[in-house]
Amino acid sequence: MKIAVVVRQVPDLIEPVEIAASEKTVDLGMATFRANEADDFALEQAILLKEKSGGTVTVVALDFGDVQNTLYTAAAKGADRLITIPYDADLPPAPKEAAAAYAQVIRGLAPELVLVGSYAHDELESTLAPLLACELGLPFVGVVRGVRPAADGGTATVFKEFPAAALAKMTVKLPALLGILGADQPPRYVPVSRIRALMKTAKIEEQEAAVPDASSAVTVRRLYHPAAGQRAEILEGPPEDVAAKIAGILKEKGVCK
Amino acid sequence: MSSQDILIVAETSRGQLADVCGELLGAARALAALTGGKVVAVLPGADGSALAGGLAAADRILLANAPLLAGFSPEPYVAVLEGIIRAEGPRAVLVASTSVGLDLAPMLGAKLAAPVVNGCRAVSLADGALQVTASFYGGKLLADLTVTAAPAILLLAPGAFRPTLEKGAAAVETWQIPSPLAAGSVVFEEMILPAGGDVDLTQQDVVVAVGRGIQQQDNLEIVEELAAALGGAVAASRPIIDQGWLPATRQVGKSGMTVKPKCFFALGISGAPEHVEGMKDSGLIIAVNTDPAAPIFEVAHYGVVADLLEVAPALTQAIKGA
Repeated sequence: MKIAVVVRQVPDLIEPVEIAASEKTVDLGMATFRANEADDFALEQAILLKEKSGGTVTVVALDFGDVQNTLYTAAAKGADRLITIPYDADLPPAPKEAAAAYAQVIRGLAPELVLVGSYAHDELESTLAPLLACELGLPFVGVVRGVRPAADGGTATVFKEFPAAALAKMTVKLPALLGILGADQPPRYVPVSRIRALMKTAKIEEQEAAVPDASSAVTVRRLYHPAAGQRAEILEGPPEDVAAKIAGILKEKGVCK
Repeated sequence: MSSQDILIVAETSRGQLADVCGELLGAARALAALTGGKVVAVLPGADGSALAGGLAAADRILLANAPLLAGFSPEPYVAVLEGIIRAEGPRAVLVASTSVGLDLAPMLGAKLAAPVVNGCRAVSLADGALQVTASFYGGKLLADLTVTAAPAILLLAPGAFRPTLEKGAAAVETWQIPSPLAAGSVVFEEMILPAGGDVDLTQQDVVVAVGRGIQQQDNLEIVEELAAALGGAVAASRPIIDQGWLPATRQVGKSGMTVKPKCFFALGISGAPEHVEGMKDSGLIIAVNTDPAAPIFEVAHYGVVADLLEVAPALTQAIKGA
């Protein structure tokens, strides 16, 4: 099975997200980037499918953030082909514009399955996976956490997540695009030494694709951080003192004796 | 129908109206009061007649009944909703950030060339323009937005709007689906419910939940000891479940369990809206996080800015010694 996976770069939320002086965009100048978490699961699901049933996995990414490291890591995990789309801007495109660019490259790959993370935390206007499916004219289902291709390759059984640990079992005609939330196993660890070795041998192809100018009926008036600690009464002190305070609160509230 | 109407996409869960319908109606009533329009609730399904009463806060309830809509499948749902939205021409379409809504809203936006805003936490009107406050970056940023096109498709952040006690005219109509629906390329087969046997988080008085701050699976033992000392159960936010460190039945949040224990500990959990949705109504919420700006402190009653790996063992000792 020919599988294409989109992997995006997002700022690591371990660090604060900075806002530009204009207060209308984020400032990613000092951000540390990482692969979008749900895309990482999409890649893992693709590699698992390849290991089980054969085929190829092609990873497509915009040349943004720390994409080279992400792509070499994907190769170390088992991706067969790495493609970047040249992109020279300080901020990633909105999902609609990104979908148009990714579609130009993925169309040429003629994959039977396209896997994209169900969400990215920096998406404000719509989400990439369903928009890319629409661009490609492919069937779509999102919030998926398991994929089982049929033996004949014409369909796949997918499991769509619902609340309270319920899963909807669905049959999808291929080719299709799936929005992935989780895989059959967590993203695999690969040793740094293997990634470094692949940096010397793996080839990253460049494929041009036009990223349309942003056009939106949504205008950002202001970005800001939510007020921190608005409600919580912050308990301070060394761990033992804080623990004693919490124990006192639990006793007072009747949670424990 | 009016261009100032607010349309909601109602959802069902296991044969009942989903809880999010209350939030959708609450947001819609507030916005409709500003636009001067009506609230129109659309309920797709096999036959929603018996559930229409639960949507009485709406002025009109459109039942889109078809056997093919009995289980969720994107293509027929989008086809029906696109037809309704085109015919009704509402000012805004409110959709829940659920497994269903997250598929529908972007696809409807693409079909209708309509703007879609994720994570909406507040909606209002200023000088005739729709104003939206939305959260992104895991709840770490808020954006004040103006949406100029109609209909605006708004994905409401989990738990951001309160259900309304208001009643609407609640006129029930059956939407005539113009042509036979095609099954499409995605076919719903069945809903698989979790096997029993694990702890029922919804019945616990104390829930001790962990997130990324636990760092590694081995550290879960620290939290298990605290839960045991409190007579509670261990739960987790999505990243821990995705790592396979705890079963899906232990997930608290939008896609997991909704819990309302007497006491909820959020240890090393940042407080993304999807998690908060599942625990915000707990009696007492105590959060421990190294990040003083973590959104979890907005919903917690008490907070500790510290490493859970230091606080949890100390608390276990304090409880045992009490």
